[in-house]
Amino acid sequence: MKVLRIKAIAKKELIQIWRDPLSLAMAFLMPVMLLFIFGYAITLDVNNLKTVVYDLDKSNLSRELITEFRESGYFTVVDNVNEHREIDRYLDSGKAQVAIAIPADFSRNILKGENAGLQVIVDGSDSNTATIAIGYISAVTELYSQRIKGSRITPLIDPRVRVWYNPELKSRNYIIPGLIAVIMAVIAALLTSLTIAREWERGTMEQLISTPVKTPELILGKLIPYFVIGFIDVILSVMMAVFIFDVPLRGNLVLLAALSSIFLFGGLSLGILISIAAKSQLVASQISMVATFLPAFLLSGFMYAIANMPKPLQIITYAIPARYFVSILKGIFLKGITLKFLVLETVLLTVFGLAVLALANKKFKKRIV
Amino acid sequence: MNRSTIAVKVRGLTKRFGDFTAVDMIDLSVKKGEIFGFLGPNGAGKSTTIKMLCGLLLPAGGEGSVGGYDIMKESEEIKKTIGYMSQKFSLYDDLTVGENIEFFSGIYGVSNSRKKKREEWVLEMAGLQDRRRAVTKTLPGGFKQRLALGCAILHEPPIIFLDEPTSGVDPVSRRNFWDLIYGMSRSGTTIFVTTHYMDEAEYCDRLALIYRGRVIAEGTPLEMKQKHMPRDVLEIEAGRPVEAMEVLHRQGIETALFGSLIHATVISAEHAIPTIRKAIEESQIHVFRIERIMPSLEDVFVTLIEAA
Repeated sequence: MKVLRIKAIAKKELIQIWRDPLSLAMAFLMPVMLLFIFGYAITLDVNNLKTVVYDLDKSNLSRELITEFRESGYFTVVDNVNEHREIDRYLDSGKAQVAIAIPADFSRNILKGENAGLQVIVDGSDSNTATIAIGYISAVTELYSQRIKGSRITPLIDPRVRVWYNPELKSRNYIIPGLIAVIMAVIAALLTSLTIAREWERGTMEQLISTPVKTPELILGKLIPYFVIGFIDVILSVMMAVFIFDVPLRGNLVLLAALSSIFLFGGLSLGILISIAAKSQLVASQISMVATFLPAFLLSGFMYAIANMPKPLQIITYAIPARYFVSILKGIFLKGITLKFLVLETVLLTVFGLAVLALANKKFKKRIV
Repeated sequence: MNRSTIAVKVRGLTKRFGDFTAVDMIDLSVKKGEIFGFLGPNGAGKSTTIKMLCGLLLPAGGEGSVGGYDIMKESEEIKKTIGYMSQKFSLYDDLTVGENIEFFSGIYGVSNSRKKKREEWVLEMAGLQDRRRAVTKTLPGGFKQRLALGCAILHEPPIIFLDEPTSGVDPVSRRNFWDLIYGMSRSGTTIFVTTHYMDEAEYCDRLALIYRGRVIAEGTPLEMKQKHMPRDVLEIEAGRPVEAMEVLHRQGIETALFGSLIHATVISAEHAIPTIRKAIEESQIHVFRIERIMPSLEDVFVTLIEAA
């Protein structure tokens, strides 16, 4: 292998990217935009549940209950209605997700020391939101009950729960690091998926394969510039996570850089392999999208916990490099863990990268056909 | 012929694409320092042959060597000793002239001490000294062609393969291009060139004519005209040439008009000259001159291909 040749190819590739606005946009704008859009769009937090209130009691106690809901921060009262039918209208049209109906005997029952009924209707068409809403409703009513009883009865068990790593349980904190992994998986493969196919399409490959250039020189020369771009993308994404999305970054930056590099190397090599196999830019870019985006999104543990998947799917996830990068990023961002806890992920990512690179090297033929 | 004086030698070279046999058992031999012209109509198998010789296509059959390396087993060694210029322009047209030259000198591993000199040589040869920073796609065809040639021979390879290097280039640029090729050949470089321009074929030391995947004739341009022309060409200067031509047509003789001169293709000049003179003069047309001439390569190839 000659460094001179690798350098010549890397330099040529950089010039070509630099001169092509489309390549530049794909290299730098696309990851930033994806992170921005998905970062804001995907949130599993449930705040400001639109609530409609039907208060038949109209007493001090009922008003206190409504205030309790409002001040919890999870409920926004959009309207007070005077008929049960109107609740239907609000829920059907989606103008409210929760309806609270306070019966006329509400305060009377409380003052008598009896159980007071409360009707709560939740829009279950988004079951995830509904489940969370029900949790909040129970919490609010519980607090309310305790307060008006004046803590005369203490509960048998009083759990003091502390949430580690993400004390405010902000979903953004664990979504953003995972999202960076998903986006980088897609971008890495997409970037390199065009590079070999483009040379075949433009006819420049015919000249190149008539020269003494060796396959590993060609592949390395093409990997290097995209590695630099991918690395800049990682830096941009991490900065966005910290400064725009306020995700805490507790771990070591050097470790983050090193493990990201290993992941990038595998992702970029996969793109090269696809580019070699497809020989057409269109096919190559489509294959690389399907091969990276879907598995990274669905099976990496980014959106859905791997432990909850059926066993066969769990086994498949081991073959998806994004899975390891998701754990690495979540671990370094939120837990600040060290390499000691990431040995398996690091080893498997390295093996994946080397295997794909070896395959690409074998698959590329310095011949037409 | 001794092995060390041979640059390219193949026997029974064959290539099939599915059911189609593009190159069918051809034998070729090119001497060192020779300009070898590989001629034939489009689709005859010229490019396929050149690609097999350069190690870009694996032959379906046959044996042989280029620069002393086996075409079946040592294609990567061959690639170190050749320069190849493909039919389609295949430099990077989004790179500048200078960047293309630098890229290929890197790829060919031109040493630093030689690099500067070679790059200057290419710029001068292509007439692009003041266009070093021009993006390649903005260059006119003739410049592109010479730049492509320059990039293919930056490393001064002993054997150069040129696949229709002058197609689509204006006559002056073509002439300059051939001057370059001629110069390189005189300094010892072997040149294997395909073309379908007959005037270019005249520049070659030796020629092979390929048709439907087979070599149908081989030799120097002179040998082609003398040995491979089964018929004779007569040039006739007569008083009323158009009428004279009609007379010959009635006799079943093939003719063509070149200015005011008639070219007639006949089986034997000796037998035909008196008959033709008599026939024309009987029609009250004066014959000033009638003589056998050397056929042009075009005459030869058209006749050979029609006979094949």
